[in-house]
Amino acid sequence: MLLIHCPYCSETLPEVEFTYAGEAHIVRPETPSAQSDADWEGFLFLRSNVRGPHYERWRHLHGCGRYFNAVRDTVSDKFLTTYKAGEPRPDLSTLTVTQK
Amino acid sequence: MTAHTSSLSSGVAAVSSAARVSVEAPCGRLSLRARGDLSALEGALGLALPRKVGGRAAAGELQALCLGPDEWMLHAPLAAVSGLVEACAGVYGALPHSLVDVSGREVSFQISGPRAAELLTLGCARDIDTIAVGEGRRTLFDGSTVILWRDAADSFRMDVWNSFASHLLHLLEVGVRELAAEAL
Ligand SMILES: [Zn+2]
Repeated sequence: MLLIHCPYCSETLPEVEFTYAGEAHIVRPETPSAQSDADWEGFLFLRSNVRGPHYERWRHLHGCGRYFNAVRDTVSDKFLTTYKAGEPRPDLSTLTVTQK
Repeated sequence: MTAHTSSLSSGVAAVSSAARVSVEAPCGRLSLRARGDLSALEGALGLALPRKVGGRAAAGELQALCLGPDEWMLHAPLAAVSGLVEACAGVYGALPHSLVDVSGREVSFQISGPRAAELLTLGCARDIDTIAVGEGRRTLFDGSTVILWRDAADSFRMDVWNSFASHLLHLLEVGVRELAAEAL
């Protein structure tokens, strides 16, 4: 079973307490009416589908209830880090230590 | 006041040399959500709200457990609920918040005995010993979200939504017998 570190609880907990919530850092447009159909298509449907380290959202649903962000390697399924929602995207070159 | 819809009557449900499980009498339960400077709410409740997830505080018969960064579960005698709701409504202007009477939503089990923590591993994937005595957590038990309060090394309370209560109680009853039947 995967163990995931919740940045709000500061605990590393079983995956079953968490739910996956898609790619992270997808920013909602500030002026929605100025968006073209193609812009909306990109916002709503187009995702990077990375092979390797992936910035993604998780939610500690059966715990503190918070959404947070994670970097997970989609090949090895290992989490490189987790961080609070709203914090900047961590630089991949700094993520050398893998979380247990 | 919310009606109590649990079909379980309070009292001992299962007991063995390993552990004892009982259904607690109904109590008042309030779900609180608030952010910012909590001092107005703390004044109204007469209690310092714990800020750390899993932390607890008590003042008289009022107990608070921090479930998330802006969320608390409050337990109090049923008769105290309306007074608490009124007191918090009085500070709503100073600190907008959400306080919902969920007394009728859940029932609590008392789980105690020398192997109580081990009994919980029957349905809980997290390491029970990471919940220190005097703390609590919301977690998952056999597919249902529950709140665990650790009152002593060998004594827990589990808050369970009514619709899952009979299933979880049955599972715990089986566990109580199984642990006692094991050759140690
Ligand atoms: Zn959490």
